[in-house]
Amino acid sequence: MKTKEFLFKYITLAAASLSILFLMGIILSIFKEGIPLFSNIDFSDFVFGRRWHPTDDPADLGIFPLITGSIFVTLGALLVGVPLGVGSAIYLSEIASTNVREALKPFIEILAGIPSVIYGLFGMAMLAPLVRKLFNVPTGLNIFSASIILGIMIIPIISSLSEDALRAVSKELREASLALGANRIETIFKVVLPAASSGVISSIILGFGRAIGETMVVLMVSGGAAMLPKSIFSPVRPMTSAIASEMGEAVNGSEHFQALYGIAIVLFLITFLSSLLMQWFAARENR
Amino acid sequence: MKKILSMLLSLTLFAGFLFAGDITMSGSTTVFPIAQLAAERFMDKNPDISVSVRGGGSGVGISDIILGRVDIGNASRQIKNKEIKQAKENGINVIETAVANDGIAIVVNLSNGISELTLEQVKMIFTGELNNWKQLGGKSMPIVAISRDVSSGTFEVFKELVLKGGKVREDALLLASNNAVASNVAETPGAIGYVGFGFLSDKVKALNIDKVVPSEKTVNDGTYKIARKLYMYTNGAPKGEVKSFIDYILSDEGQAIVKETGYIPLK
Repeated sequence: MKTKEFLFKYITLAAASLSILFLMGIILSIFKEGIPLFSNIDFSDFVFGRRWHPTDDPADLGIFPLITGSIFVTLGALLVGVPLGVGSAIYLSEIASTNVREALKPFIEILAGIPSVIYGLFGMAMLAPLVRKLFNVPTGLNIFSASIILGIMIIPIISSLSEDALRAVSKELREASLALGANRIETIFKVVLPAASSGVISSIILGFGRAIGETMVVLMVSGGAAMLPKSIFSPVRPMTSAIASEMGEAVNGSEHFQALYGIAIVLFLITFLSSLLMQWFAARENR
Repeated sequence: MKKILSMLLSLTLFAGFLFAGDITMSGSTTVFPIAQLAAERFMDKNPDISVSVRGGGSGVGISDIILGRVDIGNASRQIKNKEIKQAKENGINVIETAVANDGIAIVVNLSNGISELTLEQVKMIFTGELNNWKQLGGKSMPIVAISRDVSSGTFEVFKELVLKGGKVREDALLLASNNAVASNVAETPGAIGYVGFGFLSDKVKALNIDKVVPSEKTVNDGTYKIARKLYMYTNGAPKGEVKSFIDYILSDEGQAIVKETGYIPLK
């Protein structure tokens, strides 16, 4: 019995440590492939360079347009996803009866399970032509379309985590507020939401991380032009789609290959910071 | 448990036998239709050999051959000196076989009133000097330039023959395949793009360039200037199944496939 327990303990420990190992492996490999780039080109020229022509001779390796592309579609996604996600969380947690909640939740969960390529297909075939006609813009493959699709994709993340946070707010707090004469809407916005703010904010940061890392949708819907956006209807080339569409071609160790790893480093740093931020908010909530 | 393991093991071994006569190919989306149809017909004749064809773009085909990942790398441009050098460093001796001729057609939406441009005008459109069809005598409508990802051989040839050292405008949409370009041009009124002849259809309009109609005849007599050959690259001279496959494409029957898919047979 003793040995069994002993074994069990160490097998599960190994399982838990593996993710640290994987994380370290990933960090090491992207930095190992990407860092040599910066012996040829300044980090600030790379990050703030305005032109991305990686296969020209000599190549222009400035990823500023790619970074702005990622940030624009991600902020757009939050504009769509946060009101809808938090709104549905408020409804599910504060307003809906148990029956309605049980009926609605599976649909939101199904939304989370749809493969991103299907979202992309929908965006490319249905949404983009509609956006082009409706707003009379030259092309429907742009920030606007990509933001809508990404926004829909992050609804389930924001909704389910926010709902957990809202439901964790103690009943006494709500009752006290109602007893003091506040109505239900005032209670939700002035008492429950502020009390759950850390959880809601961390759900939004998680949605941000998901949107900025999403590849397939932006590859299919954002148009792929490596330009600084002039409006929300400009096509852009987010960092993830540049990596995905160019990696197959770049030969190991070439400058282009290193530059793609350089993009991966920047992307990793952004998502790493956002998860640190999220854990900080989550920790604040637990206090 | 042991039984299942040994079954699994024998299955994998068996699978290894099944795929012994494999040919793998990747690369150019321009060459893809030829390679795909040739692969199907070739497999009908040689049921024991399986041929798998992937796209990805010429850059992918060439980088796959350089890294020894496939038997045949398809490309719609010639391999660059830099790439030959990289291959040598990997101990790979790249051999080139031209399998077809092709032209690159400049295509616009059917609703576009313009039906011919000069090579210089096409260059000015794609480098960003012209922004509205009005400047070319058409309707007032912004030009949507559609180009290809950097892994595209068609893009490289276009860059060399049309842009002549110029850079593609920043706001050009970069799409991943000939097919994506053709379908986006077909549904976007202000669009202009370029595709291999095999992707011409009645859904897009191919422009005359410098008053020359893009066709087999004008490519062959050299009057249509945006033309190139399509290639298959192998490691060393083709041998075994790979040789029979390439011989098949070069045979009369294979060249009929080239014609059937909309490209131009080698003479």
